[in-house]
Formats: sequence, structure tokens, C-alpha cells
Amino acid sequence: MNVEKRRKFESFIALLLSTCAAGFGLFWLVFILGDVLIHGIGALNPGLFMNDPTPAGVAGGGLRNAFTGQLMITFFATLIGVPVGILGGTFLAEYAKGTKTARIISVLSDIMVSVPSIVIGTFIYAILVKPLGHFSGWAGAVALAVIMVPVVLRTTEDMLSLVPWTLREAAFALGAPYYKVITQVVYRGAAAGIFTGILLSIARVAGETAPLLFTSFNNAYYSLNMNAPVSSLTVTIFQYAMGPYEEWHAQAWAASFMITVFILVLTILGRLIIKWRYK
Amino acid sequence: MAATVEIEAKNLDFHYAGNVHALKQINFPAYEHCITALIGPSGCGKTTLLRCFNRMHDLYPKNSYEGEIIFEDRNILARDIDLIDLRSKIGMVFQKPTPFPMTIFDNIAYGLRLKGIKNRAALSEKVEKALKNAALWEEVKDKLNVSAYDLSGGQQQRLVIARALAVEPHVLLFDEPTSALDPISTGKIEELIVHLKKTVTILIVTHNMQQAARISDWTGFMMLGELIEFDKTDKIFTAPAQKLTEDYITGRFG
Repeated sequence: MNVEKRRKFESFIALLLSTCAAGFGLFWLVFILGDVLIHGIGALNPGLFMNDPTPAGVAGGGLRNAFTGQLMITFFATLIGVPVGILGGTFLAEYAKGTKTARIISVLSDIMVSVPSIVIGTFIYAILVKPLGHFSGWAGAVALAVIMVPVVLRTTEDMLSLVPWTLREAAFALGAPYYKVITQVVYRGAAAGIFTGILLSIARVAGETAPLLFTSFNNAYYSLNMNAPVSSLTVTIFQYAMGPYEEWHAQAWAASFMITVFILVLTILGRLIIKWRYK
Repeated sequence: MAATVEIEAKNLDFHYAGNVHALKQINFPAYEHCITALIGPSGCGKTTLLRCFNRMHDLYPKNSYEGEIIFEDRNILARDIDLIDLRSKIGMVFQKPTPFPMTIFDNIAYGLRLKGIKNRAALSEKVEKALKNAALWEEVKDKLNVSAYDLSGGQQQRLVIARALAVEPHVLLFDEPTSALDPISTGKIEELIVHLKKTVTILIVTHNMQQAARISDWTGFMMLGELIEFDKTDKIFTAPAQKLTEDYITGRFG
């Protein structure tokens, strides 16, 4: 009887602690999202997307340059980072499976995932910005791509490793060469997982500020030139939130709201596609 | 029975990486349009032997074959053999069903597309023929564009057989094809295999002696990497020449 009571008590304590932990996490999540929502929605207006920033104190400015800049940098980062990550992951999980090289690269990319993004920013500054003599959109895209690669690479590797070997053998047994086994059978089997990895990596870099400060910097004017400094939402949020003007603060809230929505939509879209494709 | 040899192992030795001597001096023929069963206790090398016939061991480094397997007047263990061509002539069905993550149609068409057949009408015709041969057509004809994962285990196994049949192989290798299935599905697969011997030569590994006795024409009994006895199935199960074979089939070990 005593033992049973003790077990029940322990069970209750464990339940209580885990519920509290969940509640604690959820509280801050709702707090932050709610705050962004309340302040952000209030500051939204069409001018935000249509107009470029005006000199401080002049009303009617927007963040068109930051929206396009953010999209450009993220798009090119994805374009560079995703293929490298997927091909690298494929190499590790398929061609170099079980070798020492593969293990070393795996461990290194695990470390890369947790390297502070500002370190990557300064690294790109040293190899792309300093030698060329100016900040550029490309440097920003490369910095974000470098952050994406290990995430995509490790997810790809893990997801490919989960595809049972018998499936590959079955494709080989039909006379398929290895590259077709990988592209036609293994990728399909791992598609949902790899896709999730890609979305997570985009979501990860879409919110990065530090690496962009050193690379694409900022641009107060509307510019589609990737060879010149490009504005981004995150750097703009950083700058505006620090600024002394009420109007800047409002725009920073709106930008925060938009970037949160962007990441949220990306994630939900990804999940829906996976659900629709794989039931 | 006109006994034309379809494929024959001669003095076959096989070492796994790390020098495990898995097969020792295997000699036996598989006759055309016959079912040849390989039986024996776990770890005796029957699956290892089966996987020599389509060079599956080549997928993993440092495995080595010695001796010969003669198929179409050539030693298929030779280095210059085109494995892609070989594997399209010698198909394989595995223990667990291995449908690909795609539709039923695309699964069957997979091998055909590898061979370069792109014409939709030609593909459809061959897919239908393969599914009919595998006794699956009636069950799936209205849902060819459904994921193959929606089928039951037994249906998946017949799908995999249909996929192997679609490329019109000369030999089909079955590696314990029913060990993951229920008795009714097993019965269907056995019936199918017997039916298939009209068109292909079949080698089957089974841990189920009754199954070997029911469906095969020839049986090889293996132990510890050696082929102890190879003879007509009737002979193996009624009057085996070797004491070991007799002990095994009467259930004294294994």
C-alpha cells in the first residue's frame, strides 16, 4: 500500500513538474507572439510595403526596400545552400556511408549548426566583403547559405539513412544504377523529411540579423542590385528598434510581425504539403 | 522433363569482407522452368548463395567470389559483366515487401522505364500484363494511381513480384518471400510462384521445409556454407542420401 502511494505521489510530482515546464515555455511563447501581434498589426499599413524609408521625422515612410531585400537575400541563400546541403548529405549517407571521412564531416557540421551566426558573418566579411571593398547582397546570401548548409546536410543525411536498405537493394535488383536508385527511390522515400529540413533551415536564416550586419549591411534606398548593400527586415528591425523615433519603433514592430508571419506561413505550408503528399 | 540448365554454380566460394568463408565449393544447376529450393538451418548461407546469382554482394565492399556461375554461356562472376544488364535478366524478390514510395503503376513501370521505355501505351500494356501475371490485376486495376503503400502486405509482395516480372527476366530469385506474410497471403504467393515457372526459372530460399516440398522441383540442402545434398525434391524429402539431410528434414535439428 505504502509503495503504491509513493508511486502515485511520484507520478503526481513528475506530472506537475512537466506541466509547469510546458506552461512556462508556452507562457513566454504566447507573450512574445502576442506582443508582436498587438504592436505589429497596429503598425501595418499599405504604405509600409509600397514606400521606401523617408528621412527621419518625415511621415509616410515604408520598408519596401527591406521587404524586397530580405526576399532576395533569403531566396539566393536558399538557392546556394539547399543544393550544397542536399548533395553533401547524399554523399555522407550514400557514397561515403560508414567511412571515417563521413563521420568527421558529420561531426563538423553538427558543430557548424551551433556556431554563433555572428562568427559566420565576420568570416564572410573577411573573405567576401573586405577583399571586394564593399558590403553586398551576395555576401549576405552566402553568409545565410553557410548557416543553412549544415542544417540541410544533416537532415538530408539522417533522412536518407532512415530509408531501409532493402528498398535500395530492390531498386538495384531491377538493374538501376546507383544515381537513379538515389534520385528516383531514396529521395522519394526521404522527401518529406528533407523538405522539412529545408523549410526549417529557411526559417532559421530568415530571422538572422548578426550575419547580415557584416555582409549585406543595410541600404536606405530601394535596390535590387545584389552587388551593392541590400536592406533586410532583420537589420532594419535592429536599427529602427534602437532608434529614437516613435515611427521607427512602430515600423520595427510591423516588420517583426511580418517576418514572424512569413516563417509561420512557411512552416504551416510545408506541413500541409507533406500531409497532402504523404497522407 | 527436358532438363536444360538455365544457370549453374560451379565450385563457387564466397567470402564476406573480413574473410568470413560463407560458401564453400557450391555446385548445382538450376533447370529451366523449374523451381529450385534452397533449405537449411539459419546462417547456413542459403541467402548468401542466392544473392550471388544477381551479384547483390557487389553493393558492399570487400566481398569476394571464387569459382563460376554460368548463365547464358558466360561466367556472371567475371569482372566485365554488366551488372545492370544482369540484374534485369535475373530479378529478385525480398523477404519483406519492398514497394517503392510511388504509385502502383510507377512501381511496376520502374524497371521498364530504366530500360528506356517511355511510351505511355506500351508502359500501360506491360504494366497490365505484369499485374495479371502476378495475380494482382483484379485487385488494383481501379487504383493504379494510388500509393503502393496502401496495399496489404500480401498484395505488396505480389506487386513486387509483378515489378520484377515486368522486365521479363529469365530467372527470379526469391529470398524467403512469404516469411513476413500471413497463411492466406502465403498460399497465394506459393500458387503464383508455381504458376510462374512456365515463364521463368525460379530459385527460392525458404526456411519452411513444407513450402519447399510443396512447390519446388529440385531442392538443395545447405549447412555451414556447404551444399550437403542436391536432388529432386521428392528424393530429398523421401529418401535423402545424406544422414545430415535426413536429420534436418525430420526435424532433429535446425
